[in-house]
Amino acid sequence: MPKLITEHRLNIILALILLIGPLVAHYAEEPFLVTLATRATILALAGVGLNIALGLGGLVSFGHAAFFGLGGYAVGILASHHQTYQPLMTAPFVINGTNQMLILWMVAIIVSGIAALLIGALSLRTSGVYFIMITLAFAQMIYYFAISWPAYGGEDGLSIYVRNAFPGINTLRPLDFFLLCYAVLIVVLIAQWRMTGARFGVALQAVRQNEGRVAALGLSPYRIRLAAFVISGMVTGLAGALYADLNRFVSPTMLSWHLSGEIMVFIILGGVARLFGPVVGACLFVLFEHLFGSFTNHWQFFLGAALLAVVLFARGGFIGLVAGRVEHD
Amino acid sequence: MSIALFLEQILNGLQLGVTLFLMAAGLTLIFGVMGLINLAHGSLFMVGGFVCAAIAAATGSFWLGLAASLVAAAALGAIVEIVVIRRLYDRDHLDQVLATFALVLMFSEGVRFIFGSFPLYLDPPEMLAGPITLPGGLPYPAYRLAIILAGLLIAVGLGLLISRTRLGMQIRAGESDREMIAALGVDIRFLYTVVFALGAALAGFAGAMIGAIQSVQVGMGEPVLILAFVVIVIGGIGSIRGALVAALIVGIVDTMGRFLLPSLLANVMEASAARGVGSAIASMLIYLLMAVVLVFKPKGLFPANA
Amino acid sequence: MTDPVLALSGLSKSFGALKVTDGVDLDLKPGEIHALIGPNGAGKSSLIKLVAGELPADAGAIRFAGRDIGELDQVARARLGLTRTFQVSSLVPEFSARGNVALAAQARRRSVFGFFRQVATDPDLTGEAMDALERVGLADRAGTRVSELSHGEKRLLEIAMALAMKPRIFLMDEPMAGLGQEGSVRLIGFLDKLRHEAPILLIEHDMDAVFQLADRISVLVAGRIIARGNAHEIRSHPEVRAAYLGEDGA
Repeated sequence: MPKLITEHRLNIILALILLIGPLVAHYAEEPFLVTLATRATILALAGVGLNIALGLGGLVSFGHAAFFGLGGYAVGILASHHQTYQPLMTAPFVINGTNQMLILWMVAIIVSGIAALLIGALSLRTSGVYFIMITLAFAQMIYYFAISWPAYGGEDGLSIYVRNAFPGINTLRPLDFFLLCYAVLIVVLIAQWRMTGARFGVALQAVRQNEGRVAALGLSPYRIRLAAFVISGMVTGLAGALYADLNRFVSPTMLSWHLSGEIMVFIILGGVARLFGPVVGACLFVLFEHLFGSFTNHWQFFLGAALLAVVLFARGGFIGLVAGRVEHD
Repeated sequence: MSIALFLEQILNGLQLGVTLFLMAAGLTLIFGVMGLINLAHGSLFMVGGFVCAAIAAATGSFWLGLAASLVAAAALGAIVEIVVIRRLYDRDHLDQVLATFALVLMFSEGVRFIFGSFPLYLDPPEMLAGPITLPGGLPYPAYRLAIILAGLLIAVGLGLLISRTRLGMQIRAGESDREMIAALGVDIRFLYTVVFALGAALAGFAGAMIGAIQSVQVGMGEPVLILAFVVIVIGGIGSIRGALVAALIVGIVDTMGRFLLPSLLANVMEASAARGVGSAIASMLIYLLMAVVLVFKPKGLFPANA
Repeated sequence: MTDPVLALSGLSKSFGALKVTDGVDLDLKPGEIHALIGPNGAGKSSLIKLVAGELPADAGAIRFAGRDIGELDQVARARLGLTRTFQVSSLVPEFSARGNVALAAQARRRSVFGFFRQVATDPDLTGEAMDALERVGLADRAGTRVSELSHGEKRLLEIAMALAMKPRIFLMDEPMAGLGQEGSVRLIGFLDKLRHEAPILLIEHDMDAVFQLADRISVLVAGRIIARGNAHEIRSHPEVRAAYLGEDGA
């Protein structure tokens, strides 16, 4: 099927739709729709993170919920300590809670980055199915840990009473918070776009396509993949941090393998390795959930059916259908 | 802490191990022969549990339920293989993971639609309902003992199937060279359906048996599935022997860990903290074990392909 | 007597009962083309893999650039200046020809962690890439995707990538395979001059090329070197004729 539009133009159109839609909803006094768009934006960011490892790097990680959840819990834990005025730690040095988003985001990124470094260092020594199962297993480990660790709510999760603060913005207003999340998404997308064509992105894609060739040139595939995995984990962790503030709630569900699967679903629905793939996929997913979910509690059945159909028959996802094959160089 | 309690936990560990073996054996066969990673295996476990509970409730007989669950799981496995799975053999792992994840969603909601969200209850059969007194005076539930025995018997049976029968020979040949056996005239499509159905039957059987110990509910298969993955990683993909050894190790380590850690920690911290921290660490123990094995043996303890 | 750049001594490798490499001694001197010939299955590609680090040796030593490289992996050996071309072209399929060579140029600089400057518009990398492509005669195909290149063009691309590595030695595994008559003649001329940039260990089946280019020829049969000498000596060597040239009818 001939392509209807270049991918680049499609991306711009999608970015505009995602911006204008909620603006319209805001002025039409439908704040719920704005919140829905925020949810899609944050989930898109989680997908963008995974896509760096999966789409560019070819690393099928079924454990990215680990980073999403760790980012969320970083925010939840620090925010709850801020709320109760109890420091997180008093020795060897004092760590107080905080409600400043910029700091919370930093912490979320660092924590998920370290987790990705540890998990990646071990998992990337394997490949193929082993890698898939091991990333899944490590994420489960963190999930079970979160359920049994008594201090932060366990299975019931942790509430954040007031959304955290960002300088100059009233984060409680749905539109303001949406625009903040949207800005983060766009910044990350631009960074990914640059990275893809830069030396690191080129090396990563080469490793995905022909690892042996890259090694024969004197570059270490392991190190390249590990770096990609860490970057990927950090972005997904940032999404988790935003998600915690969106819902003002974190729970072990954010760490479940079900969520890992859903993030992958965004990517495949939109188109693997496409820059805006996760954006389209997350929007489609949220729309699906909202529309089908209002008809039936069993909407996930239809999601599964749709996913199966896409995998079997429309492998390139939405962007593949509309913008054709990936262009290179 | 008494010897009796210790022994009881070891037996519980064996029982968990045997359950994991049934799951892992099917998974590792399917991967070894067809090269397919199947996330929907947990759903087959769940279907086994539900069918057993439903039939047992309708007929009053656990044994009929068990038989029905075997048949249902095998049949469902065969149908799924023919309709969906066989399109995935040539695809990459990402597609297989996503397609089988789609099946998980569909099965979970499908079961929830038919049976509702509340758990079903399944009682063990009359003749196994009570405790048996083991040598040494320890009373242990007869049913759990039966599970251990059934599992070990199946392990032996599988071993014999693989090493002594024509089907087993085709399985072993298929594991080493898929294209070759097709060239030799073996009906590959039929073989693959049989292997998948066999794996499904093992999972369904496990689900039915476990259903009488824990409740039968949607999502019961997931934790078992993931532990089965850990078992396969530790044991080595494609190896039934590896699956058995690793499953027993994992079952015992997990059970003993949860049993011992809180009380061990109670020596160094106060009781309620020890319980919390202990159970949190115990829940991670298996994965840490997997990590350690991976450091030294990235392809597992008994990798099938050198 | 100049020191060899590469020296193999007693190199051995077995797969179970099969000895693919059996006590091989071989060296490569600056400015020379040392050809390695032998019948199919003699173990030539395995030897290249041992030298490149793709396979670990069971016994023996490899000295390169004045040091023992036995403990180093493939990546480390490539960094020391050991560059190979593959018998079956091993390229990055979705990149263009220029993209592949630019990757090699990037690799030579050991530069991976750049996140902003775009490779496609980086004059250093693309400049080097185009230079190498011009030298092998692929400049007009620079923007073509590898998956659309002909077999012969892919062989030349392999060599262009090797050039971009500016190596200390070239390990070339059947570079002529699949080139037509004209292409072979051109490549022979090219390699003849290339030897002065870095010595070449050349595995080849094309006997014309071997006899024209090689300063020394080693003959590998069943993992062992059965003869070594210049073209004349090898052509008249009785064992070689029997084992190898006899079949080919040189």
